[in-house]
Amino acid sequence: MTNSSKSTLSRVIAVLAVLVLALVPVIGSRAMVQDLFMVLTLLVLALNWNMLAGFAGLVSVGQQAFVGIGAYAMFGGVILWGWDPLPAILLGGVAAMLLSLPIAFFTFRLNGAYFAIGTWVSAEIVRLSMAQWKALGGGTGTSLPKGTTKEMIGVAQIKELLGVSSSAASDALTYWLALTLAVVTLLVGYLFLRSRMGLGLQAIRDNVEAARSVGVDPLRLKALVFVLTAFGTGLCGALLFIQITRVSPDAAFSVVDWTAFVIFITVIGGIGTLPGPVVGVLVFYILQRVLADYGTVYLIVLGLIGIVIMLFARKGLWGMFTEKTGIELLPLRHRSLQHRPSQRSGN
Amino acid sequence: MIWVDTIVQGILLGGLYALFAAGLSLVFGIMRLVNLAHGDLIVLAAFLILTVVNLLGLSPFVAVLIAAPVMFAVGWALQTYVLNRVLGDDILPPLLVTFGLSVVIQNGLLEGFSADSQKLSAGPIEAASLPLGPITVGVMPLLTLISAVAVIFALNQLFYRTKLGRAFRATSDDAVTAGLMGIRPRNVFAIATGIAMVVATIAALYLGIRANFDPSIGPARLIYAFEAVIIGGLGSLWGTLAGGILIGVAQALGAAVNPEWQILAGHIAFVLVLLIRPRGLFPRAND
Repeated sequence: MTNSSKSTLSRVIAVLAVLVLALVPVIGSRAMVQDLFMVLTLLVLALNWNMLAGFAGLVSVGQQAFVGIGAYAMFGGVILWGWDPLPAILLGGVAAMLLSLPIAFFTFRLNGAYFAIGTWVSAEIVRLSMAQWKALGGGTGTSLPKGTTKEMIGVAQIKELLGVSSSAASDALTYWLALTLAVVTLLVGYLFLRSRMGLGLQAIRDNVEAARSVGVDPLRLKALVFVLTAFGTGLCGALLFIQITRVSPDAAFSVVDWTAFVIFITVIGGIGTLPGPVVGVLVFYILQRVLADYGTVYLIVLGLIGIVIMLFARKGLWGMFTEKTGIELLPLRHRSLQHRPSQRSGN
Repeated sequence: MIWVDTIVQGILLGGLYALFAAGLSLVFGIMRLVNLAHGDLIVLAAFLILTVVNLLGLSPFVAVLIAAPVMFAVGWALQTYVLNRVLGDDILPPLLVTFGLSVVIQNGLLEGFSADSQKLSAGPIEAASLPLGPITVGVMPLLTLISAVAVIFALNQLFYRTKLGRAFRATSDDAVTAGLMGIRPRNVFAIATGIAMVVATIAALYLGIRANFDPSIGPARLIYAFEAVIIGGLGSLWGTLAGGILIGVAQALGAAVNPEWQILAGHIAFVLVLLIRPRGLFPRAND
């Protein structure tokens, strides 16, 4: 088989996988739906972080700021203004996008490693500020009013369609939303990177001076990526906490849950490759399952795998796979049709 | 008068932050390495001191003398076998490797020592205080600040008065040219990280005596240390002391207004300084 027919085959497999995933609430158990919901939301976070760190060179360790603000805005919409949780998810995304503006204004003045610390401090400031929001429980947090998720738009219809309880129907709804968000994030990321702007972004990553000399504006492009990924991360945060139904500053702004795991997922799967986070989230899920009985051991294993990958295979598992097999799912390289280079191009 | 007292307490607290930050500042200044595991390495050193105290029944102040060389070896090995491999123009690999290290150390300590709070006991000196004019200061906080000044003074002497310090500065300015002059950057880096770990052990001593510690507190301490280093400016050790004190005073003032605002006030001071001076107060080297 040629590389391109292999790639077509893997694309067919990918579409089938999405279809099977979409059927899980119909054929699978409720525990499975909840498990896969967490996997899909982690995938969305990882796709966003990969876009930031892997493609735009913005190594943020403060993405929990956007998960948290998304969750809090959604709670504010539901509890304070009586919104339905579904439109309140959008409110979460918009709030995260608005928050990303002042954070970008501050952190974009810092370069490299300073940027990472700047985003972390920003996230801490947002967490501590949210703990002062007494209407949403201050430092101890608050829960969604009882029954809110069972009365969400669409739950009644799903209940009828699948013939399940209200809580199972609301699980199915949030699951489908997570699946949609993951697929859309992946496709938008692909289209963006294939576009003129995405090409500019990769040019900046490879050589800033050369990119500027042909008219690419690094600051504008990076700011755009920062704001858009904040939107996606905020949507995901709001969605996550509809399922969790309880918000507190420590849970919503957890650096371990929403940033550390996400970084490991991306690094293990392959940072700077589009399918990398998908591979990473599978490895993460399997590890969590296999090592579930050994407490924190799986975190140690995760950390060690991350270190080993950074030392010996910087493009992660997906990068190794592509190099060995020549299969490129969602390829980003632009190749001329007449001339196909036989040897591997440099980094 | 209460304000003077608050500010003095803040300066003393800043001494502790400067101690957390001094090792970080050294490594950051020489090899531009952002060590996200520094906070956890300090906690590791605190557990090491605790183990020596428990095994040999020594005072923590003596146990440090045994723990420090061990930590030097840990730092040297860490740099030689792991961190030297990821140093380069790309800041991502070192950030991610130290991040992984942080998670490994934290959870390794959790497995070995459980999540229980620990404390190093230094005897009656812990509660002692000194009347200083109209205000009273604790002996331990004062000793922390004096140690911070002493550590930074010693590091500066090492940096500007010795052959090793010249190698540090040369490598910091231009590692390739330093290599041409017969300096091996990798060896220099390994020694620097070893020294940073000795400083981390001293920081661990005061961390353990002044408050409870458990395996999870590293990152929270690390963030103050980073703020101190960045506010102070890259490569300036006295700047790091100034940065630590600034964070300490901001936190003390915030806490005086409302106890819930202590940490927030420190972070906001950090943001304000960087908005005005993005490279910190006293930058020595170019980044």
